[in-house]
Amino acid sequence: MSAPDLSRSIDAIWRIEFPRLVAGLTRFTGDLSGAEDLAQDALVAALEHWPRTGVPERPGAWLMTTAKRRALDQLRRGKMLDRKHEQLGRELDARPDTRADERDAALDDEYGDDLLRLMFMTCHPVLSSDARVALTLRLLGGLTAEEIARAFLVSVPTVEQRIVRAKRTLAEARVPFEAPRGSERAERLASVLGVLYLVFNEGYAATRGDDWLRPALCEDALRLGRVLAELASEEPEVHGLVALMELTSSRSRARVGPNGEPVLLLDQDRGRWDALLIHRGLAALARAEALGGARGVYALQAAIAACHARARVASETDWARIVALYDALASLAPSPIVELNRAVAVSMAFGPAAGLELVDALANEPALASYHLLPAARGDLLAKLGRTGEARAEFARAASLTRNAREQKVLLDRAAACGPEARP
Amino acid sequence: MRVMVIVKASKDSEAGIMPSAQLLTEMGNYNEQLVKAGIMLAGDGLTPSSKGARIVFSGAKRTVVDGPFAETKELIAGFWIWQVKSMQEAIEWAKRCPNPTGDQSVLELRPVFESEDFGAELTPELRAQEERLAKQILERQKAGKH
Repeated sequence: MSAPDLSRSIDAIWRIEFPRLVAGLTRFTGDLSGAEDLAQDALVAALEHWPRTGVPERPGAWLMTTAKRRALDQLRRGKMLDRKHEQLGRELDARPDTRADERDAALDDEYGDDLLRLMFMTCHPVLSSDARVALTLRLLGGLTAEEIARAFLVSVPTVEQRIVRAKRTLAEARVPFEAPRGSERAERLASVLGVLYLVFNEGYAATRGDDWLRPALCEDALRLGRVLAELASEEPEVHGLVALMELTSSRSRARVGPNGEPVLLLDQDRGRWDALLIHRGLAALARAEALGGARGVYALQAAIAACHARARVASETDWARIVALYDALASLAPSPIVELNRAVAVSMAFGPAAGLELVDALANEPALASYHLLPAARGDLLAKLGRTGEARAEFARAASLTRNAREQKVLLDRAAACGPEARP
Repeated sequence: MRVMVIVKASKDSEAGIMPSAQLLTEMGNYNEQLVKAGIMLAGDGLTPSSKGARIVFSGAKRTVVDGPFAETKELIAGFWIWQVKSMQEAIEWAKRCPNPTGDQSVLELRPVFESEDFGAELTPELRAQEERLAKQILERQKAGKH
């Protein structure tokens, strides 16, 4: 292999193995920062050795063994050798004697459990939301600080600082490296799902900047979701979230027009929806429902997305079912945004006047005061009712509230389409 | 990016000889790894080309040719669709695949076109055409209902 080929190869191996290395080493040493350093040391060792020896047959195992030996060396040098470490050393030395495939299978299960523990750790409620996102993308997504910074439009030092501080917070709070059980588990799992969904949404509906969609971020979230669906396969809401992300992603190609502008759901060319992702999303939703999770927050939203996915043309959408699903969602997780979406569904099922009544009831909702989709929805209903003057004002207001340049243009166009302002 | 990983056919796969129990186990484990890594979107094995058919186009003419087809090495015995960060990542995963036929085997990796790859090819005219088609289908469906 030529030198550039080898270096690309090592880079790819590194990305594949990094999360499992950090997870395994965190369990081994009990220390997240130390684990990441050890993993980096193993990479340096690989960069030194592999050009001479070639890439080993099991590069992941090589990196893990190298990192663990370093960890033991450090411990020995630090004269912290106690019985536990002696035992770990023996285990490490004994491993090569067992059969390779058995060993790999055992290691796989172990790594899987470790990855799940790591996910619970990086999404721990003791961390701020920004810190959870940065740490999860760094350690489990394998993204570099530069990539995270670019995705969230913040500076690299900001991301680096978030990660360092997050690790310190976890150490100070003595957060254990374990998957929570019992009553704590549901709450902690919700936090993990919340982080993945946040990353996904940032990719899907970029809240800042010029792009409407940052597909790489959606893919990262979806990939972590798919990984989690195998690690915690007994949890219905994990499948609910994966279903929601698969189904939502299936529309991303149709969601952007030729000039990069957003295309609304009902105007999308459904022929451009991704059939493979729809299939996967419906399968994940069925999995959530089979586990008794049809009424979960994510599963309900996925079921709504599934109503759209199943309609070959927009006019075939089962709006009455969507209204019923929003009813269930509103009683489970009441929020003004759910109410707004429910109002839009009601307008589709029972006419714009019925929808407008519900939207008007949200007018003084403080949580929606600067939410651009409230005036956007109101403008849409007013336009349908022929009240174009009021509609124009609402679209203009919506345009002034969004921070996304592409979306702003679409809203201003809609305002202009309502005709010129009436002369007094 | 998405990559299609194509398993090229072999004499055995074309003869309909099923893989050994050991190979099936190894492949099962490998598939499990791919799923656990969150990269496998789809994948399946194909029956021998003797059960397949080809439509051969020549200008406006279409001829159906039944299998089997001769050029074994160019035939396909199976495929995966993977979601990966880079071609290199797909290559590293493919290297970890057990030898799919147990003999001389080839995996071919081909990135799937993303819509931006079409660039100027997908012109506004082509998009407009797609939209007209969708509208026609819709109107036909409406007409069918009444």
